[in-house]
Amino acid sequence: MSRYTAVTPDDLREMLATIGVGSIDELFDRQIPAGVRLGRRFDLPAGMPEQAVYEHLRDLAGQNTSTEDEVTFLGAGMYDTYVPAIVDMLMERSEFLTPYTPYQPEISQGGLQVMFEYQTAISELTALPVSNASVYEGPSAVGAAGYLAKLANGRSKLVASAGLHPHSRETLRTMATGYDMEVVEVPLRDGVTAADAWASAIDADTSAVFVQQPNFLGAVEDVEALMTAAKDSPAVCVAQVDPLTLGILKPPGECGVDVAVGEGQQLGNRLDYGGPSFGFFAATEAYLRRMPGRIAGETRDVDGKRGFVLTLQTREQHIRREKATSNICTAQALNALGGVVYLSWLGRRGIVELGELLLQRTAYAREALTALDGVEALHEQPVVREFALKLDAPVERVIARCQEQGVNPGLALDDDGLLVALSERRPRADIDRLADVLGTAVAAERRRVEVSA
Amino acid sequence: MADASYPDDLLYHAEHDWVRLDGDTATFGITWFAQDALGEVVFFDPPEVGSSVTAGESYAEVESVKAVSDVIAPLSGEIVEVNTALGDDPEKINEDPYGDGWLVKVKLSDPSEKDSLLDQAAYVQTLE
Amino acid sequence: MSDTLTIFEKGREGRRAFVAPELDVPEKEGLLPERFRRTEPPRLPEISEPEIVRHYVNLSKRNFDLDSGFYPLGSCTMKHNPRLHERVAALPGFARLHPLQAPERAQGALELMWNLERALSEVSGLPHVSLQPSAGSHGELAGVLLTRAYHEDRGQTRHKVLTPDTAHGTNPATVTMAGLEVVKVGTNADGGVDLDDLRAKADEDVALLMLTNPNTLGLFDPNIEEIAKIVHDVGAILYYDGANLNAVMGRTRPGDMGFDIVHFNLHKTFTQPHGGGGPGSGPIAVSDRIQPYLMVPRVVRRDGGFDLDEDAPKAIGRLRGFQGNFGTFVRSYAYIRSLGAEGLQDASEVAVLNANYLLARLRQECGDLLPVAFGELCMHEFCLSGAPMKRELQIKTLDLAKRLLDHGFHPPTVYFPLLVDEALLVEPTETETKETLDEFAEAVGKILAEAREDPEVARNAPYDTPVRRLDEAGAAKRPVIRQPLP
Repeated sequence: MSRYTAVTPDDLREMLATIGVGSIDELFDRQIPAGVRLGRRFDLPAGMPEQAVYEHLRDLAGQNTSTEDEVTFLGAGMYDTYVPAIVDMLMERSEFLTPYTPYQPEISQGGLQVMFEYQTAISELTALPVSNASVYEGPSAVGAAGYLAKLANGRSKLVASAGLHPHSRETLRTMATGYDMEVVEVPLRDGVTAADAWASAIDADTSAVFVQQPNFLGAVEDVEALMTAAKDSPAVCVAQVDPLTLGILKPPGECGVDVAVGEGQQLGNRLDYGGPSFGFFAATEAYLRRMPGRIAGETRDVDGKRGFVLTLQTREQHIRREKATSNICTAQALNALGGVVYLSWLGRRGIVELGELLLQRTAYAREALTALDGVEALHEQPVVREFALKLDAPVERVIARCQEQGVNPGLALDDDGLLVALSERRPRADIDRLADVLGTAVAAERRRVEVSA
Repeated sequence: MADASYPDDLLYHAEHDWVRLDGDTATFGITWFAQDALGEVVFFDPPEVGSSVTAGESYAEVESVKAVSDVIAPLSGEIVEVNTALGDDPEKINEDPYGDGWLVKVKLSDPSEKDSLLDQAAYVQTLE
Repeated sequence: MSDTLTIFEKGREGRRAFVAPELDVPEKEGLLPERFRRTEPPRLPEISEPEIVRHYVNLSKRNFDLDSGFYPLGSCTMKHNPRLHERVAALPGFARLHPLQAPERAQGALELMWNLERALSEVSGLPHVSLQPSAGSHGELAGVLLTRAYHEDRGQTRHKVLTPDTAHGTNPATVTMAGLEVVKVGTNADGGVDLDDLRAKADEDVALLMLTNPNTLGLFDPNIEEIAKIVHDVGAILYYDGANLNAVMGRTRPGDMGFDIVHFNLHKTFTQPHGGGGPGSGPIAVSDRIQPYLMVPRVVRRDGGFDLDEDAPKAIGRLRGFQGNFGTFVRSYAYIRSLGAEGLQDASEVAVLNANYLLARLRQECGDLLPVAFGELCMHEFCLSGAPMKRELQIKTLDLAKRLLDHGFHPPTVYFPLLVDEALLVEPTETETKETLDEFAEAVGKILAEAREDPEVARNAPYDTPVRRLDEAGAAKRPVIRQPLP
């Protein structure tokens, strides 16, 4: 018996008698051939009581520098957003935390209605009519969009802007080798997708095109123009979008995008060293029956009461098997709950206010940092919440110096670039501090380089 | 449709599809057995008019809530008409599988293929 | 009681919960060209915080959950979700750790991942682990892509993947996504892989055989060593779907059975809560010959600490962002450290004991109407057929399941695997008591007795749930998948 099992010697005796075997060993030995029996204990440490497990995990957690331990400007796909307490409370409730996928809708109306509300929220954010109930996260959603395109039009080429997050590009490539498609990357120029290279990459064999908004370097792309360039081809137009910018940026549904995907971490979910979060996946009506993942739909019960069910299940693996729109089974339902609660909490005004706040503070930060010696903007494009710099000093050493001062200035890019992200948790005082610390660090590193030269 | 029925003026394919011949055009559909096995039909995805079908091969799919079924062409030819009314009322396939639930009309490329189809008695026997 | 309302139908213009921090920098005009600006804000709710709380708390009460009751869903391993795991997962050093934090400043996280990898390696009997995949089917995709890379590296192009006809739907769906072709292998009269059919189909165009053992009928295939030999003799790879790992911990290991690639479902065997449909996690363990192709980044030991390594020229690449669902690693690791070697073995032993006991009790209550599909004993789950019940009592497996809802139980898995007519797949797990198993068996007996008197009762069940049977056909014919707004 261990902490979570409850078989007493009396239980065991009665149960074995009912089954008609003499021991637990007999249950296994009659079914597992001798040649594959382990015959020894696992070579793992012995179990520990709860208190000891807690202390061990607490010690491991204590060896990490979290966003509680430093002022962070690190972004690149996941951000230090504030998660309101009600999200934690609701995600911890037994009724949301512990059930399975809602295969028996009569007793799963809570979870199904949450999915329906989440789908509505994503549809509103993206201005696209159709959303599923979540996929795993951002980059694999991009890969899933590639698969949708393949099944929709059978062409063999995927055209992706270099402005897509590197993890999205890499995941797309890895998944595309699976479904036998070629990925052609279009470079950036002046921080945004090079329009002429983009247009010439798209042809009658293009299955889908991919752009990110804002792009990996934080620049606002002219998505509408890029999507228009693809209109004469069979290509599905895909955009990976930052959901928190959709209060102020023109949404993908109004820019000619067919499929909008993205990383949902900022919507009510924790950083959690990269997951679990959720990916969102929205599309035009034409792609409804090609969507991957679960979809909750509204209906009535036999008494005429309003209710919700998983619908259009014939797309999915458990029915369509090898012809399914995706292999996805378990997705990220609990994290999507966090997402819709967060979006309700932000509200219609809040998401706009948050966007405007980020826009202003990001502009202020870019101005303050590019005023420093040895720091220039990598591009001058409009930015909303993230921007890229070029340093005249080895960026990794600069970052290390900043972190020693309790400030994480952002992500190192190639050629001494630095990607700086803002969240609403960084007030002006933090930005001023960053300017101070970064300026000092860059100066110190430039001196060091001069001295050693 | 309540009771099993298999009209004797039709020809049948073993994969539960029927044919009504009219000179060198034919109407295809699925049999009572097929609609009963599927349950309530919710979606029929018709092929394009002008596309060709090959005897013995799937040309469309019929979906219920919990199942998808390939629809097999009993004969070869070119699709000249599809039953667009099924877009709004796919349940006609259940209610009237041999009448309003027809799926496509085909101009046959090789009418002699009908000789390898089953008549009503032979088809009903396969169901036992 | 009136119809349920969505959050979009509540609140009122002007209400709000969030208040934005004050603008503390000089406001500038023209930062964003007008043509890039959104003109109409998204129609998110305008609602106060107390209304949000009440709405979602009330919704939660329209959900059955594992903390509240028995959930014998076959193939899902609905075992108790320890709350300690939520406490440790919420520690700021984990919950607020950015995935791109410098490895030197994430040593606790990397050590946890390393330790979890070593534990999963020991449990599976395979040396190399990647924690990256986000769910079982994601792990399957990794497995098939790794297999393709393995063969291509040897100059071979193989097109086929063998899966038994009892396989979970994710297996064939994954194979197509990975660009290969599914070939089904038959099941023999004992419920195991038909060896003759396997021998006939195993040729040098076969890349992989995907199997779970015990299978989805809850039966351990006694021919597993022969199966492994047949597959390896044609140079193919053997893949283990770890959904049923809860049956065998401490007794046998997939690596020792001959498998080359294994995926784990942390949300099954390792207590990550199901969350109503995720998050999950599907780490994989592989043999030496598959290791070169494993995804990046990889956790490595370096300079007395841990690091993330992306330098692996033969790697297939990555299948998602960052490192994977780290929050699930924390919970699974806490579970493994809580139970230890002995506890993990105990978990599987009691899982198998409970399944066999429940099978025996159901045989006593209604063995002729709900016979087991194959075999005498079972592993951690068993599959019954409702076909005799349907013939004699005029109620189907679906009706039995719906009537069980009125008795306060979540029904077992229904109509899977496809091989069994009117299938009912039952997996009690090890965290249930004998009393609960007795209650369940008795409830099934009562429902059948009631059906003998009047089958209409079960046919129109459930009665005592927040809604009754729903029109799923209508939902599929005319899909309404979002709240319409004015």
